[in-house]
Amino acid sequence: MPYPSNIQNLGSLADPSNHCEPIDILGEDPATLKAQLRMMLTIRLVEQHLAQMRKGGLIGGPVHLGVGQEAVAVGVSQCLRTSDRVFGAHRSHSHVLALGASIRGLFAEALGRDTGLSRGMGGSMHLWDGPRGFYGSVPIVAGTVPLAVGAALAAKLTGTDDIGVSYLGDGAIEEGAVHESLNLARTLKAPVLFVVENNFFSSHMHIHLRQPSNSTARFAVAHDICYEIVDGNDVVAVRKAADRLVNQSRTGGGPGFIEAVTYRWYGHVDWREDVDVGVNRSIEDLVNWRRRDPIHRLATALRRVGVWSQEDESGLIRELEDQISRAWGEAMNDPWPPEDALLGRVYAPRRVVRE
Amino acid sequence: MNAVTNYNYGTAILAAFEYLLEKYPEVFVIGQGLWSPWYVGNSMTGLDKKFGVDRVIDTPVSELGCTGLGIGASLAGMKPIVVHPRIDFMLYAMDAVVNQAAKWSHMFGGQAHPGVTIRAIINRGGEQGAQHSQALHAWFAHIPGLRVVMPATVADARDLLIASVLCEDPVMFMDDRWLYDLTDDLPQIREMELSVEQPKRLVEGDDLTIVSAGFSTRLALDASAELRARGVYAEVVDLRVLNPLKFETIVESVRKTGRLMVVDGGWRTCGIAGEVIAGVVECVPLAEWRNKPVRVTLPDAPAPTSRVLEKAYYPSVKTVLAAARQVLA
Repeated sequence: MPYPSNIQNLGSLADPSNHCEPIDILGEDPATLKAQLRMMLTIRLVEQHLAQMRKGGLIGGPVHLGVGQEAVAVGVSQCLRTSDRVFGAHRSHSHVLALGASIRGLFAEALGRDTGLSRGMGGSMHLWDGPRGFYGSVPIVAGTVPLAVGAALAAKLTGTDDIGVSYLGDGAIEEGAVHESLNLARTLKAPVLFVVENNFFSSHMHIHLRQPSNSTARFAVAHDICYEIVDGNDVVAVRKAADRLVNQSRTGGGPGFIEAVTYRWYGHVDWREDVDVGVNRSIEDLVNWRRRDPIHRLATALRRVGVWSQEDESGLIRELEDQISRAWGEAMNDPWPPEDALLGRVYAPRRVVRE
Repeated sequence: MNAVTNYNYGTAILAAFEYLLEKYPEVFVIGQGLWSPWYVGNSMTGLDKKFGVDRVIDTPVSELGCTGLGIGASLAGMKPIVVHPRIDFMLYAMDAVVNQAAKWSHMFGGQAHPGVTIRAIINRGGEQGAQHSQALHAWFAHIPGLRVVMPATVADARDLLIASVLCEDPVMFMDDRWLYDLTDDLPQIREMELSVEQPKRLVEGDDLTIVSAGFSTRLALDASAELRARGVYAEVVDLRVLNPLKFETIVESVRKTGRLMVVDGGWRTCGIAGEVIAGVVECVPLAEWRNKPVRVTLPDAPAPTSRVLEKAYYPSVKTVLAAARQVLA
C-alpha cells in the first residue's frame, strides 16, 4: 500500500535560503515596530549574556536558549494583556521577557536567588510572572499544554474574554498530552491559542526523523482548529496571525493554532551550537538561518523607509548592554533563598476558614 | 439547630458536591462518566441536571488532558474537581499530578498554588482483575506537595471532600466503592481546614492499637468489635489524611497500648503500613513495646480475577483477627 500523498508540508518556509529579505512592514506603525525591535534585541542580548555566563560557570543549571526565535514571542505578546494566561516550556526566556518581565528577575532566577522570578526555586527552566500573565514554564515536554486549556476554560466559565496561551515546540507536538489538549480545547470551545515554535529540532533530532511531515499544523486540521502557518522570523506576520486567532478566541470562537517556523542558533541546551552533534544540523544550515535573522530583517525594513539608522541601532545596543550588565551585577549580589524555603513552600499557607 | 440527616457514604459525597456547587461559583467538576448514571454509583446523581453541563462536565477519554486542565483552571482561580471513576485509568495523568500539581507551589517560590481536587475511586472485587482494582494511595502519599485524603466514615466522605476542595493545595481524594452502603446520621456541614485535619481515634482501647484508612478501617472496626466480645480492647485510629501524615495521635495511642497493628488495602512493599510502623517505631521508646508491630496488607501481587484467588487476596476480618492474635500473644 502506498502512503497517502496529500500530507501537508512547509514548502519554502523550511528552506533557509528563502525568506531572508527585509520583512513587509507596509501599513504598520513605526513606533510599534521600533518597540518590537527593542524587545527582540533585549531578548537576544539577555540570552547571549546567559550563554556566556553559563559557559563561564557562573550559572549552575541548564539554560535553553532561543536566540533566533525572538519574533515569535514578541509578535504573539503584542496581542495579549496581563489578564491572559500564558504557559511556556523549557525554552521560555523569550516568552516571559516579551510580556515585560524584569531582566534582573530572570537573571536572579537563573542564579537561584531569592529575588528571582520564581524566588530562586526554579532556575531558568521554571519561570513565573503571575502579575504579567505568565502562569509558568516547565521543562517536562508538553507538561503545561493541558494546563493552558484549563486556564482558558476558566476564563470562559467566569465570563471574561481572556485567553490561554500555550507555547510548545515541534517535539512537544509528538506527545499524547497535546492531542488530548487539542481535542478538549476544541470540544469545550476553550479560548486558547496554541503557539508551536517549529525550529525543526527536538533536542538533537531533526523533524524528518521524527514525523512524516515537517509541518505540525496538520494536527490542528485533525482537530478542526483554525490555524495559521507563518514565517516565525517575521514579527509582523506572527503578530497578524496572532491577532486574527486571538480575536476569534476572545469572541467565543474557541481555540486557535499558530505554527511559527523558526530556528534556534544555539544547540538544545547551553551555549554550544551543536553543529554535527545533532542529527542533520549542519554549519551550512546554521549560516543560512542566520541570514533569516528576525531582528536584522525588521531593522533593515525600518532603515529602508528611513525611520531607523545604523546609529540608532548601535545606540540601542549600547543602552541595552548597559542595562543588562547592571541587572546582572545586581542579581549576582542578590540574596539566596532562606533555608526554610525548602519546606516552607511545599504547601500553601494556612487558609482562613470562611463562614 | 441540631438537625441530622441520614446519608450513606455515596449520598454523603453527593451532598458535598451539592454544597460546593451551590455555595462556590468557582467550583466545577470534570471527568469521564459524569452524565452517566452508572460510573460513580450514587455519589453524583443528577448534578449535571441541577447545576448544568457547563459546570458538571463529562469528557472525552483523556485522563491526562482533563487532570492538567483542572490544574490550569485552579491556577486561574477556580476550584475544580477532577473525577476519575476508577483509579487505574488515571495513571496516564501522572505527569499532571506528580510533575505539575505537586511541584507547582515549590518550584515557583510559593507564589502560585494549584488548588485542584482529584477524586479517584478505588473499585475492587467482582472478578475485575489487575487493571480495575488498584489502591495506589501509598504512591501518592510519597509525593511532597500532594495532600492525600481517604475517608473511612460517612461524615468524612462529605466533610473531607468539602475541605479538600476548599484547600489551596492539590488534593488526591480517594474514596472506596466498598464503602458506599455505609450509613450514618450527620449534623449540618461544617467547613474544615484540611491542613490541620489528622488521624482520629474511632474506638478507645488499652490493649492494642489498630491503624488503618479507607475501607481497611471498616475491617479494623469490625475486628475491634469481635475482640471486645472476647474482652480485648483495641483502639482504632483512622488515618484520614495520609499525606502529610501526622503521627501524634498514633504515637500517643501506641504509648498507651504498647502494641501496633496496621491494616492496609495497598501492597506491602513501600506501602503506607510500613510507613506508619516506621514512624511510630522512631517515636516510641523500646521499653514501651509489649510486642513487635504487625501489618496486614495485600500480598505483593496484582489483583487476580478468579473469585477463589480474590478471597485469598483481600484482607478480611478473619485475617485481621489472626494478625491481632499474633501481636496480642
